[in-house]
Amino acid sequence: MANIPDDLQYTKDHEWVRVEGDVAVVGITDYAQDSLGDVVYVELPKPGDDVTANDPFGSVESVKAVSEMFSPVSGTVAAVNEALADESDKVNKDPYGEGWMIRVKLSNPGEVDSLLTAAEYEDFTKAEAE
Amino acid sequence: MVDFGGWDMPVQYRAGTIEEHLRTRKHAGLFDVSHMGEIDVRGADAIALVNHVTSNDASKLIDGQAQYSALTTPDGTVVDDLLVYRFAADHLLLVVNAGTTEKDWDWITSHRPDAQAELKNVSTDYCQLAIQGPDAVHILQKLTDLPLAEIKYYHFIEGEVDGIASIVSRTGYTGEDGFEVYADGAKAEQIWNKLLDAGNYGSETGVLPCGLAARNTLRLEAGMALYGHEIDESTTLLEANLGWICKLGKGDFIGREALAKQKETGVEKRLVGFEVTERGIARDGQEIVINGERVGKITSGSPAPYLKKNIGMAYVPTEFASEGQEIQIDVRGKLIGGRIVKTPFYKRAK
Repeated sequence: MANIPDDLQYTKDHEWVRVEGDVAVVGITDYAQDSLGDVVYVELPKPGDDVTANDPFGSVESVKAVSEMFSPVSGTVAAVNEALADESDKVNKDPYGEGWMIRVKLSNPGEVDSLLTAAEYEDFTKAEAE
Repeated sequence: MVDFGGWDMPVQYRAGTIEEHLRTRKHAGLFDVSHMGEIDVRGADAIALVNHVTSNDASKLIDGQAQYSALTTPDGTVVDDLLVYRFAADHLLLVVNAGTTEKDWDWITSHRPDAQAELKNVSTDYCQLAIQGPDAVHILQKLTDLPLAEIKYYHFIEGEVDGIASIVSRTGYTGEDGFEVYADGAKAEQIWNKLLDAGNYGSETGVLPCGLAARNTLRLEAGMALYGHEIDESTTLLEANLGWICKLGKGDFIGREALAKQKETGVEKRLVGFEVTERGIARDGQEIVINGERVGKITSGSPAPYLKKNIGMAYVPTEFASEGQEIQIDVRGKLIGGRIVKTPFYKRAK
């Protein structure tokens, strides 16, 4: 069963968000990394780039497939996880920790209210699996 | 699980594609390839029939030998690639791809010469399990008295594996030493489980069950063609670097004239291997750019887990089809660098 921490918020595209003041940390969920399999390449925006809620901000690739990642929030990229360039398997091993993708300075903090709670996301993944 | 030619097949097992791939290179991998089709050819003219519809020369086979070959169209393009097994002068077995078995059957039965030979689609009679990797011979030997070490590459013998009548063939699709075992389909699970046990499945150095994704990355590193990717009815054997299975001197066969002509005039495009030299992964269907021109398409592109590179195969105009040629690949709108390299990308130490 996929790990879905209670203190995070989620999207239906399987990203997670941790809000820290006016910054949101974004990554992909345990469910997502498990479905993808071994992550071998991650493409991320550059610090300073703008991202828009529900628009693609990067991609994550397994041996077999490429998946786009969609930004849960709007704002400016404050930092990206440079370590993933050489150690993309961190996404598999620690999706909510060392496998984080980007930090976004929120331009519209109200957007986070529309994200899914852990319980809602769990229901969503169960429905999707059926 | 994915649908593959009508078969439900696992893309990967629990260990994941990379580990499955590496374990096969270092120790052993077990593949359920029962989806492959089998067509039995029997009769006094069995060899003549097969030689008429395929490009390699089946008359060169001896009993207990197999060869790689292709069913060809009159244009010299490929209906399917296959293995031809010779049991006796009047008994051959064709092992074909799953997704093309019906097409092959229709093709062969509608193009067969009026010869003394009987064809039978026996695909559902057989399971096929492939045990591949440097430890394969030791693992399989635990289940059989057959002298496995004496079987030469592309040869086979008949006998019992775990008490079950089988065909044991020293062939594979991974670039490793290994065997393919054909037996009664009802016995697949028994042989599968015994091979896992014999191979210490569960230990760090034991055999791993491998899915379609590892089968694909292993064959790609080994530079082997996959039907529907490198070869199909739009590419000729010569363009696909498969001139070595075009025996133009063996007598007439479907496609011989076209292939002979193309051999004389030369091919306009050719299949090459390449590696990506910048960050990014090349994928099937992406375009190759040389000197700013879109000149070709990728037939297979993937990370290569053992080589730790991103590699692929593509068709490019013959003028560019040489080692060291710099290329660019259009990866979803972004051009990244690459270079044409020699294939196979990976060759095992003998």
